Amino acid sequence: MASDDQTIDLGGPAQPLLKVTNLTKHFPLGKDLLGRSSGVVRAVDGVSFDVFKGETLSVVGESGCGKSTTARLLMNLLERDKGEIIFDGAQVDSTDLRLKDFRRQAQMVFQDSYASLNPRLTIEDSIAFAPQVHGVEKRQAIERARSLLQKVGLEPRRFAERYPHELSGGQRQRVNIARALALQPRLIVLDEAVSALDKSVEAQVLNLLLDLKEEFDLTYVFISHDLNVVRFISDRVMVMYLGQVVEIGESEALFESPRHPYTQALLSSIPSLDPDDRTNKPPLSGDPPNPINPPSGCRFHTRCKMAQPACASQVPSLVEHSDGQSVACLMYEPDSAYEHSQAIEEVTS
Amino acid sequence: MSVLSNAVEQLVSIEDLCVTFKTGKKPVRAVDGVNLGLRSGEVIALIGESGSGKSVTLRSVLKLHPPRRTEMSGRIVVDGEDVMTMSPARLADFRGSKVSMIFQEPLLALDPVYTVGDQIIEAIRRHETVDKATAKARALELFELVRIPSPERRLGAYPHEMSGGMRQRAMISLALASRPQLLLADEPTTALDATVQIQILLLLRELQRDLGLSVIFVTHDIGAAVEVADRIAVMYAGKIVEEGPVRALIREPAHPYTRALLSSVAHGGFVKGSRLQTISGSPPDLSNLPKGCSFADRCPDAIPACRAQVPEEVWVADNHRARCIRIEVAS
Repeated sequence: MASDDQTIDLGGPAQPLLKVTNLTKHFPLGKDLLGRSSGVVRAVDGVSFDVFKGETLSVVGESGCGKSTTARLLMNLLERDKGEIIFDGAQVDSTDLRLKDFRRQAQMVFQDSYASLNPRLTIEDSIAFAPQVHGVEKRQAIERARSLLQKVGLEPRRFAERYPHELSGGQRQRVNIARALALQPRLIVLDEAVSALDKSVEAQVLNLLLDLKEEFDLTYVFISHDLNVVRFISDRVMVMYLGQVVEIGESEALFESPRHPYTQALLSSIPSLDPDDRTNKPPLSGDPPNPINPPSGCRFHTRCKMAQPACASQVPSLVEHSDGQSVACLMYEPDSAYEHSQAIEEVTS
Repeated sequence: MSVLSNAVEQLVSIEDLCVTFKTGKKPVRAVDGVNLGLRSGEVIALIGESGSGKSVTLRSVLKLHPPRRTEMSGRIVVDGEDVMTMSPARLADFRGSKVSMIFQEPLLALDPVYTVGDQIIEAIRRHETVDKATAKARALELFELVRIPSPERRLGAYPHEMSGGMRQRAMISLALASRPQLLLADEPTTALDATVQIQILLLLRELQRDLGLSVIFVTHDIGAAVEVADRIAVMYAGKIVEEGPVRALIREPAHPYTRALLSSVAHGGFVKGSRLQTISGSPPDLSNLPKGCSFADRCPDAIPACRAQVPEEVWVADNHRARCIRIEVAS
């Protein structure tokens, strides 16, 4: 098959599958009566990270923090304003790696399982569609679609010729996953892919994702607001706030000892499930500020308990600690104007 | 055994509630024999997956279902009055003054063409004979009560000008405008971010305590239920399969479905790298319910007798009941 021999690991296991540098996307707001632009939404503002081969990197944050925009930028579904995306050593959308070849290797699953399937195609036709675009013969593509349906737990004889509206939400999401696998990709971006499912169905789909990852050597970028799910599935976690990365690190380390005050607040917002240990004070007050005019300095300083005057003026940079966790907070920056007193002991204890 | 037999003073008592929608080809039995009692000042959470009948039960208390396409039977008594037999005029007074409701999506529940303040003033004046200035002063008090920053200015805001958390606060204040005894909350925090959700949950808990409200809280998130509720009722396929005090239900779940829910990923009940325990299959078709226990097809402990007839309620302990025939065997 033409598409099979393209799946080769170019740079070896040490080279990140995806290297993102200074990714930026500003959405212009409408123009006013005089035709003047009324500003921009800084949806993603200078985001850099790596995705290593075979890992699951989760992206978490409140709504409006830019996690979905980041996903769409990764897939080149949105055009970035600035920044670079390198896929296994090759710049995406250049002569090294044409967009069409990149899209074969990187696929996406969306939250709304119904809206992302063509209602007029049977599910086997939906799954077989993309391989045909990439030059696979129809009969062969259908055959593969059926074997993928089997893989995602849908008996092809019962399901292959059904239409999306005849399936339940969980079954449809399985179809979307099968479709993403049809091109034998190396990277799958899952944008809130299990969020719309009921808990019992969600667990089935999460198990399926883990099985498929092992079987096909996949790398996942997993976007979710459900922190319990994120903890279960990820190897590393990236926390975003108002279009920027505030913390990134190994999943267990980050959940056990979050460094950034925002990560700490986010994690302690999870209901405890212990009736004798109810939350007494909300860890954060107010809603996230508007990304149109983000606060100066550290964007979190307006809601941060640890904030000092320096935080309003100095922009923190992402500093890597010895254990591999990176944090963007003046408290942890060696030469910042942040005055330490007992602040750091309080946070780390 | 009836729920009422061991109850003292019930504010709400629902007996054998059945709700059937006659829309499609086959009638859909969304609620199938729900018994529920709620004391004054108590908070009960109804939890379950989509289609389990939790929202339909909640809406029945205000009789919000389209009458022509809905068949309701059973009894719903709120503060001594039977909701099922109320005249339309009495029902209109009853909604808001005795019982009011908050919804998942405040942007859809609030009127987009009036300011939030006007909507609250309207609600106050619908139920009390006060002049506009008094009503406005009370609206301001309500905004302060739900802790909306710069309340005076926000009264003049339209719903779209507020953030999600703020809108939910505004809707809570609207629901409280006519001093209800019972607040019905239909997934009030589902559409919110985690950091805002916990703020709203704590606000609800505080208002409940300060105003002595009774609350029926519908959610699919057990964590949210544990944060606010005194008791939890778990619904599955239109029935309450287990109901009891929060502690007992979380620590000693009696029904296999509750146990499965609690071991799911949402509660950290997992080992990294291993597979999650799952409930196989999906909930049954409500237009074609099985003859016996509706959970039997997905239940790891099912025996042939489970499929023979619908299990009766069994009292596991004081105030803690479940619908499963295998419980007696176990104990």
